[in-house]
Amino acid sequence: MADSPKTTFSRRGFLKGAGVTAATTVIESANALARETKDALHSDRAVGPGSVPVKLHINGHEYSVAIEPRYTLAETLRDNLGLTGTKVVCDRGSCSACTVWIDKTPALACMTLAIDVVGRQITTIEGLSHGDTMHQVQAAFVKHDAMQCGFCTPGMVMSCAALLDRNPNPKLADVKHAVSGNLCRCGTYPKVFAATLDVAQQRRQTAGLVALVTEREA
Amino acid sequence: MNKFVFVDCKTVDEALGQMSDGAIVKAGGIDLLDLMKDGIVTPPKLVNIRNISSLQGITAGKDGLHLGPLSTLSEIAAHPEIQKNYTALANAAGHAATPQVRNMATLGGNIMQRPRCWYFRSSEFDCKKKNGASDDCHAHTGENQYHAIMNNETCAMVHPSSTAVPLLAMNAQVELTSKRGKRTVAMSEFYVPPEKSLINETVVQPGELITGVFVPVPEPGTRSAYQKYGEKESFDWPLADAGVVLVMDGTHCRKAWIVLGVAAPTPIRSTAAEAVLTGKTIDEATARAAASAAMKDATPLSQNGFKTQLFQTAIYRTVLLAAGQMQPDPSAIG
Ligand SMILES: Cc1cc2nc3c(=O)[nH]c(=O)nc-3n(C[C@H](O)[C@H](O)[C@H](O)COP(=O)(O)OP(=O)(O)OC[C@H]3O[C@@H](n4cnc5c(N)ncnc54)[C@H](O)[C@@H]3O)c2cc1C
Ligand code: FES
Ligand code: FES
Repeated sequence: MADSPKTTFSRRGFLKGAGVTAATTVIESANALARETKDALHSDRAVGPGSVPVKLHINGHEYSVAIEPRYTLAETLRDNLGLTGTKVVCDRGSCSACTVWIDKTPALACMTLAIDVVGRQITTIEGLSHGDTMHQVQAAFVKHDAMQCGFCTPGMVMSCAALLDRNPNPKLADVKHAVSGNLCRCGTYPKVFAATLDVAQQRRQTAGLVALVTEREA
Repeated sequence: MNKFVFVDCKTVDEALGQMSDGAIVKAGGIDLLDLMKDGIVTPPKLVNIRNISSLQGITAGKDGLHLGPLSTLSEIAAHPEIQKNYTALANAAGHAATPQVRNMATLGGNIMQRPRCWYFRSSEFDCKKKNGASDDCHAHTGENQYHAIMNNETCAMVHPSSTAVPLLAMNAQVELTSKRGKRTVAMSEFYVPPEKSLINETVVQPGELITGVFVPVPEPGTRSAYQKYGEKESFDWPLADAGVVLVMDGTHCRKAWIVLGVAAPTPIRSTAAEAVLTGKTIDEATARAAASAAMKDATPLSQNGFKTQLFQTAIYRTVLLAAGQMQPDPSAIG
């Protein structure tokens, strides 16, 4: 995670002509400030800028990991924890490839700081399947051939699976809305819609059968 | 991204105590991380306000609508009372950005996000907004298809906040809290145009936190609507968006507020368009007349003349939508 080479220029602009040394001094003085205020009320909450040991709850497991406050959740998942199912495409919130669930709500891992999700339940694409058994939405994506290059697919699946959890009877417009932020440059949208509506249909049938059996047995 | 100290705060007092030495407040983090990734802002410290419970929550009652600044755009869009009585606000929140961004982005951060201008947002370009030496607004001579078409002489940036558009049309108030106490600022005074300051886009001072947004109860007969137009239908940044609040007596318009987003460097009311509608019967002809009055003083740049046309469509269709005479436009961003 080296600073981007461009930052020198804009820092200079932002800090009114001060060079990189000055910027570093600011960071160091903030660090010193954090150390000084260590005993003050709640100051134990100030962490960084170096590595901080944290526990993250991901896919039902607890992971212990050392991260700098500036690491995004996407970077931490992929680079520190080897959970590379979550893809990073734009790294700017514009494509939704990095969609994960934070406490069951779809969110962008590239625009979330990992330090900010301590105590939250994170679900990634790896957390949807059970061992070798795919999640219904994943299986439907395979059945309907709803991917080409596959780069948008994990994010797309996370959006569709979350939709079905909150709305078991989605209409086409609901599916379109749910993936309206997920960009697919390969143009798989019609198959994504078909796969998601198919899962809803399968679940309705299963629910219907269960109701029928329960009724007969009663 | 530069290295920084991170302080997770649980109370407003704690956050106020941390807001010094160049620290920047982080709410949803969408705009802040974007700027930090490009090195446009390089704060030594982030004060995380995301978990301050007193800044969360929405209450709609007889005395109006109280919005915690940490209300997410998704929460605002889905709130039944807001959908019913503050329709334009629900629509604006529900059509901003993408579903994932709306789940993360907060109201406070939405109205405080920095303006859109690719020269401002690129570290490759020096400009007056970044305290740079260059005296020119690059948009005046460069690529300006998405820039302002009004009040664009000093700087042609646009402020993209979708929620600010209805909040301005609904006469909302913003509560600001600092160590010195509280003050309330009307939405109409909230944004600072570039002629007054190129550095401060809002009246919010260092050390001040938005601690609430209040929208007064609508007068009887009020109807409102918001629509946003862009290059795509699924999600996109606005190229033209309009917020319309009408106080109606049948088809007769008693009062009108028409606000344009991304037309000028800040969201602006079009008093010219409002004057056309006030005291008139709303129909296609008056809606069109209001739309052209709103664009009378437009000064488009070399590549954005199309926005003048797009705004007229946005205003015309949104006035009719607010008046209940047209369905939501399928070509607006949904
Ligand atoms: C793909 C994409 C499309 C988008 N399209 C739209 C769109 O159509 N319409 C639209 O409106 N927006 C759009 N956005 C922008 C997005 O909505 C904003 O970035 C978001 O609302 C910012 O909110 P936040 O809580 O994440 O703010 P943050 O990034 O946390 O903060 C933004 C700024 O506000 C300050 N701040 C935050 N809260 C407070 C507070 N309580 N008091 C004082 N200062 C505060 C922060 O210090 C920071 O400077 C889009 C973004 C993306 C990525
Ligand atoms: S990689 Fe996160 S939104 Fe594109
Ligand atoms: S399958 Fe290639 S981007 Fe969607």
